[in-house]
Amino acid sequence: MPDRFTTLTSRTFVIDQEDIDTDQIIPARFLTTTSREGLGDLAFHDWRYDGDGKPLENVSLNALDTQTHRILVAGRNFGCGSSREHAPWALHDFGFRAVISSEIADIFRSNAARNGLLPILAPPDAHAWLMENPDVEISVDLSKQRVDLGNGPSFDFKIEPFARHCLMEGTDPLGFLTAREDAITAYETQRA
Amino acid sequence: MSPDSGRPRSLFEKVWDAHLVKTETTETPAMLYVDLHLVHEVTSPQAFSVLAERGLKVRRPDRTLATIDHSTPTLDFAPGEAPPYATEAARKQVETLEANVAEHGIDLHGWDSEHRGVVHVIGPELGATQPGMTIVCGDSHTATHGAFGALAFGIGTTEVGHVLATQCLLQRKPKSMRITLEGPTAPGVSAKDIILAVIAEIGVDGGTGCVIEYAGEAIEALDMEGRMTVCNMSIEAGARAGMIAADATTFAWLKGRERVPSEGPAWDEQVAQWSHYRSDPGARFDHEVVIDATRIRPMVTWGTAPDTGIAVDAPVPDARSASHAKALGYMQFEAGKPVSGAKVDQVFIGSCTNSRITDLRAAAAIMSGRKVAPGVRALVVPGSVGVRKQAEAEGLDRIFTEAGAEWRQPGCSMCIAMNGDKGEPGQLIVSTSNRNFEGRQGPGARTVLASPATAAAAAIAGHVIDPATLMEPAHA
Repeated sequence: MPDRFTTLTSRTFVIDQEDIDTDQIIPARFLTTTSREGLGDLAFHDWRYDGDGKPLENVSLNALDTQTHRILVAGRNFGCGSSREHAPWALHDFGFRAVISSEIADIFRSNAARNGLLPILAPPDAHAWLMENPDVEISVDLSKQRVDLGNGPSFDFKIEPFARHCLMEGTDPLGFLTAREDAITAYETQRA
Repeated sequence: MSPDSGRPRSLFEKVWDAHLVKTETTETPAMLYVDLHLVHEVTSPQAFSVLAERGLKVRRPDRTLATIDHSTPTLDFAPGEAPPYATEAARKQVETLEANVAEHGIDLHGWDSEHRGVVHVIGPELGATQPGMTIVCGDSHTATHGAFGALAFGIGTTEVGHVLATQCLLQRKPKSMRITLEGPTAPGVSAKDIILAVIAEIGVDGGTGCVIEYAGEAIEALDMEGRMTVCNMSIEAGARAGMIAADATTFAWLKGRERVPSEGPAWDEQVAQWSHYRSDPGARFDHEVVIDATRIRPMVTWGTAPDTGIAVDAPVPDARSASHAKALGYMQFEAGKPVSGAKVDQVFIGSCTNSRITDLRAAAAIMSGRKVAPGVRALVVPGSVGVRKQAEAEGLDRIFTEAGAEWRQPGCSMCIAMNGDKGEPGQLIVSTSNRNFEGRQGPGARTVLASPATAAAAAIAGHVIDPATLMEPAHA
């Protein structure tokens, strides 16, 4: 069960690349796991390690302090590709709690919101400012749906209301669905 | 019945409306009923764990169908022997699925099944995929099933748990897009070339937030396998789903399949009901795209995103962005020069995009009487046991093996490179799969996406080549 998400003040980590796909976030060959835990070491694996599994020097992700840098900023169309929920599991376990882009792929976005990783769509000016000003402290307020960029163009963001509710309460929608058993049975009866 | 059912509706709206358990409100998404839930070993174990933690059962095992495909080896093994898994983790993952389906009473097309295979190949093959259905799977290529006029899309593992437990999903209604492919395609142009051209046109995120309906003369002329290829790659344009209206081609393909009514009044009634699943004249779409299909040529990708398709002999474009420049560097291609001529190390013919019988026939037509070029490894991986048997009955396996290609057991194989089949760093692979992301087919491997004919031609020539040059039969 994810933690409750209300506000987050943290520094940003910028990856200046468009179309970062889920195979970059976690390569498919690691998907033979039957667990959702401990995938942080595999986040962006092939960017961080050489062919023998040794951490690469000069890769800023390997030196990143995720206690202070919990917000990932990336180029347009982040999370495209597969439906693997291992992608947000890996990013959350690595230490990120929010991801900001000008566009986030559909399935990744819904998977992220269910796992304590807040997907934030930034307007073009704010996104450009974040990309050009890496490693800045910013504040996210989910209840107000606002990101405070300090000297930059602060902005309001949209999020699907039920996803927001679940993030703020730290709940999974499964309970919501199981509580509507009567409606499901009624639908099945009517269609039969 | 929708309150405004007199209004012309799109195919997507008809299927959506018919599956609303609860309509959406400002606060909550719609509850959408799922007719068919396809399950495989990779994205399900954590969902079954959640059911176990909460003491929940699978609500409708009869609407759930499982197979093993992603982690499974495609090597031969003798009856009674253990499958030659690439890793212990892969073995454990498959055994976890076997235990989960046994506990919950779900049909599994496992090692002993005549219908084992890639999940998006066996659903249609069994006739489990039908017009008007909602179909989901923890796999983004679930859109494949939209070829039958179904609403089919990929979901995450948390949602796999939701469907297992309640047969429902919480969804906001997506936007709609119609892509009309006008005019016939030129001879030798396949469904794969069509979809690569579509993605190149609208971009890797052109369909984000949308369900796409493909329409027009070039789509209507496709056989079901070709329609599946088109719908399969909808996600590569960012779309949730792709759909094609059900028509006589659809019904003829489904007739006689295991899970559909056999001939007689039950069949006629079923066809009458299925015929409803097409957009009404005057149906409105949030976005409309029209593409001239007569100009589409055999396509290949030059970059590391699926929207980098160009005609096989067209020059690679100048980099438009830093990401494009990086992709060119990774692929070792040069702007201004065509992809054709690039030396090939491996050829992969298979995947949920292109592993069906017509795909194998197209590849065999090129390889027949010819030899795979020295130094090239060619893998032909049928999509299912059923496809493999059909191909063998037609003698296609002998064409492949006599040419020097490897004829494998069904599975996802080198598309996802998590089962032992993969490329090596720096190798160029011409692949009939759906993703050319960096490292998708193995760390450092470079992928060129293409049709079965273009891939087979590359295997014979040893370099990327216009398949038209090999479409005349070889001299005996």
